[in-house]
Amino acid sequence: MGFYGLLAFLCAFILAGLGATYYMEHNGHWVTGMNNQIAWGMPHVFAVFLIVAASGALNVASIGTVFGKKMYQPLGRLSSLVALALLAGGLVVLLLDLGRPDRLIVAMTKYNFKSIFAWNIILYTGFFAITGIYIWMMMDRSMKKFYRPAGIAAFIWRLILTTGTGSIFGFLVARQGYDAAIMAPMFIIMSFSFGLAFFILVTMATYKWTDRPLGDAILYRLKNLLGVFVAAVMYFVLAYHLTNLYATEHHGVEAFILTGDSIHTKLFWIGQILLGGIAPLVILYSNLGKSRTWIAISSLLVIIGGMAQMYVIIIGGQAYPLQMFPGMEVVSSTFSDAAAYHAYTPSLPEILLGLGGVAITIFMIVFGCKVLNFLPASLADEAVDPHSAATDK
Amino acid sequence: MKRIETIKAVVLAMLLGFCSMAGSLASAEVPTPDIPKGEGEKCVEPTDIMRKNHMEYLLHQRDETMRKGIRTKTYSLKECVDCHTVKDENNIPVTYKDKRHFCNSCHEYASVQIDCFSCHSSTPEASHSGLTKRPAKFFNSTQNLNALNLKAENQHE
Amino acid sequence: MSDLETNAPEKIGRRKFLTASAATAAGAAIAPGVLLHTVAEAKPAGQAVSSKNRWGMLIDTNKCSKGCNACVSACNEENGLEKSDHPNSNEIDAQWIRKVELKDKSTGHSVSLPLMCQHCEHPPCVDVCPTGASMKREDGIVLVDKHICIGCRYCMMACPYKARSFVHEELFNQKDHAPRGKGTVESCTMCVHRVDEGESPACVEACNADGHKAMYFGDLKDENSEISQQLRKYPSTQIRADLGLNTGVRYRGI
Repeated sequence: MGFYGLLAFLCAFILAGLGATYYMEHNGHWVTGMNNQIAWGMPHVFAVFLIVAASGALNVASIGTVFGKKMYQPLGRLSSLVALALLAGGLVVLLLDLGRPDRLIVAMTKYNFKSIFAWNIILYTGFFAITGIYIWMMMDRSMKKFYRPAGIAAFIWRLILTTGTGSIFGFLVARQGYDAAIMAPMFIIMSFSFGLAFFILVTMATYKWTDRPLGDAILYRLKNLLGVFVAAVMYFVLAYHLTNLYATEHHGVEAFILTGDSIHTKLFWIGQILLGGIAPLVILYSNLGKSRTWIAISSLLVIIGGMAQMYVIIIGGQAYPLQMFPGMEVVSSTFSDAAAYHAYTPSLPEILLGLGGVAITIFMIVFGCKVLNFLPASLADEAVDPHSAATDK
Repeated sequence: MKRIETIKAVVLAMLLGFCSMAGSLASAEVPTPDIPKGEGEKCVEPTDIMRKNHMEYLLHQRDETMRKGIRTKTYSLKECVDCHTVKDENNIPVTYKDKRHFCNSCHEYASVQIDCFSCHSSTPEASHSGLTKRPAKFFNSTQNLNALNLKAENQHE
Repeated sequence: MSDLETNAPEKIGRRKFLTASAATAAGAAIAPGVLLHTVAEAKPAGQAVSSKNRWGMLIDTNKCSKGCNACVSACNEENGLEKSDHPNSNEIDAQWIRKVELKDKSTGHSVSLPLMCQHCEHPPCVDVCPTGASMKREDGIVLVDKHICIGCRYCMMACPYKARSFVHEELFNQKDHAPRGKGTVESCTMCVHRVDEGESPACVEACNADGHKAMYFGDLKDENSEISQQLRKYPSTQIRADLGLNTGVRYRGI
């Protein structure tokens, strides 16, 4: 009953997302918050977040397979499933926000190999294939000898994949907020953090709902790892902004993000840094981190902070006007070149489409866990690792 | 193997039978598209060839014009539209949305969707000036349409 | 195929076709009073454009008048761009060319200029386009092949000049020579349909007609063209020259 109730709940969101798509595509994008200044809006925030998190959700599988940590190996299948589901959810959102989603076949058949987007289409498809094979190797004991090679392939592929995602922004020379090589490694660290946070939530929820034992040992390992990733993301954010702050030409965009009066400044400091960075670190490394509720809260905070960070990167990066005339002030223009920044208000259909993508992800995980053997029967401390159970507390 | 052959034969026989039946009944019961005649004396290719290959010609011409700037008129969509104009009772050329439109008359019958006229005009440009000076857009309702345009649009409802 | 097409007109008996072609021929020859700025001999219709030409523009901001909007209106008229009635129509409607007024922050010197697709030699929009819809013709004109544009808008993210617009709604009665449609991205085509006929873009013609003569159009690869001579004689700049894109549109006086 609970299972079908959950599926029905998720279907409602998926249908709402599809309805929103129909509304946007039928009327044209003027009904969204997007325009010719902010060409990528809320759907992209959701989509890129999900795609980045997808790669990170594979962390646990990779640690088990590639780095040989036995404790993580039972979770490898779930980890891969979550990764696939996140990627699928993200891609659906990305696709349905296209101006011409009906031309998907064109995107699949015509490639400009200099385009990072085109690389990404190949990287995404490859990720599905490789992770699919990886899951098969994990589930089919007769394929045991290919288990590690498949895991290594998936590990390498997802690093390349997130490099590709980060480079979508990193290679945009035109805009002040982008055009930075650090975007690629920063996206990889972000993927570790967001993906793991999402995975922790999924694990806790599925184990609770299916009444399976989940021991502290594995959970504490995961939450400590999450703390490291959250700190690493903050380090990269610091390095990115310090670099920009040193170069006079980037002072404008830095002032806009860090000290401006737009939503982006608030989202950066309150959403990304405070809620998504400092708060989880304090929770995870203090006594609160021993409480399951607080572990779940901090994972949720990492996701909220991650969404805020995506918003600041994607929308904030476009909101800051293009600097075309150094030393000159734009007095007037019919295309808002004179604006201090470009405003963007997300519309309901855009948000519904994004949430629809999230619902697709969760639907896939829930359904996958139901029909196939993704969840280990027990993750109690004794089952996970009899020797280390006590040491981590 | 033998069985597959038998099945094939039966299916083929049924198809043939159906076709011949359809053929004999065509004039009487099976609806055929009512394809309007073009304005010129004859088309750029014989009709049967055009029926079969017009999309190939258009696609080829599309890429030649778009990418190489080759602007020969023989297989140009604009020329097709200009010549194959169908006018309504008010002597106004109907758009692709109208069932009487040359392209639509057959494409709707064959249930083949085409994407040409979301960008290209489906009526001769000369006829636009009578409707609106610049392209008419309508948004939430049809209130922005001028009377003529409204009439043209309504006729196919 | 192209042979076939070039020869094809002979075998067409269409009255319609003959009238159309006769009108075109006559239009070029007899147009007294109309300032038909013929920059080059029109290439035969069946001939592909070649890299022997590179079409470009030079904009003399000293001659560009502040209140004047002639180039923008001409562009809109030529290509069938219409103002919508959305409250934020400025951000939603396609703008292929726009007027920008600048003031030097330290000296107070102000200039006015039209800004459009700069038709880069190394266009970032072409680099990033996943399907190859963003493309550069052999003769340097940067276009969007709307037949294969999926509307991802990555080119809009990549363009340093914000020269591209996304079509936000369904359009009707488009111009024959400027097909445009919902869900695809578009930008200044340098009036490619006119250039192929040996004419100059509508904006340049309008600027000349208004007597400002702030815009030159021509072949950057032809040493004897007016634009090449002007560029050789006087200094000019590219907007965002730091990106090394080698723009086809050059400015004087900024």
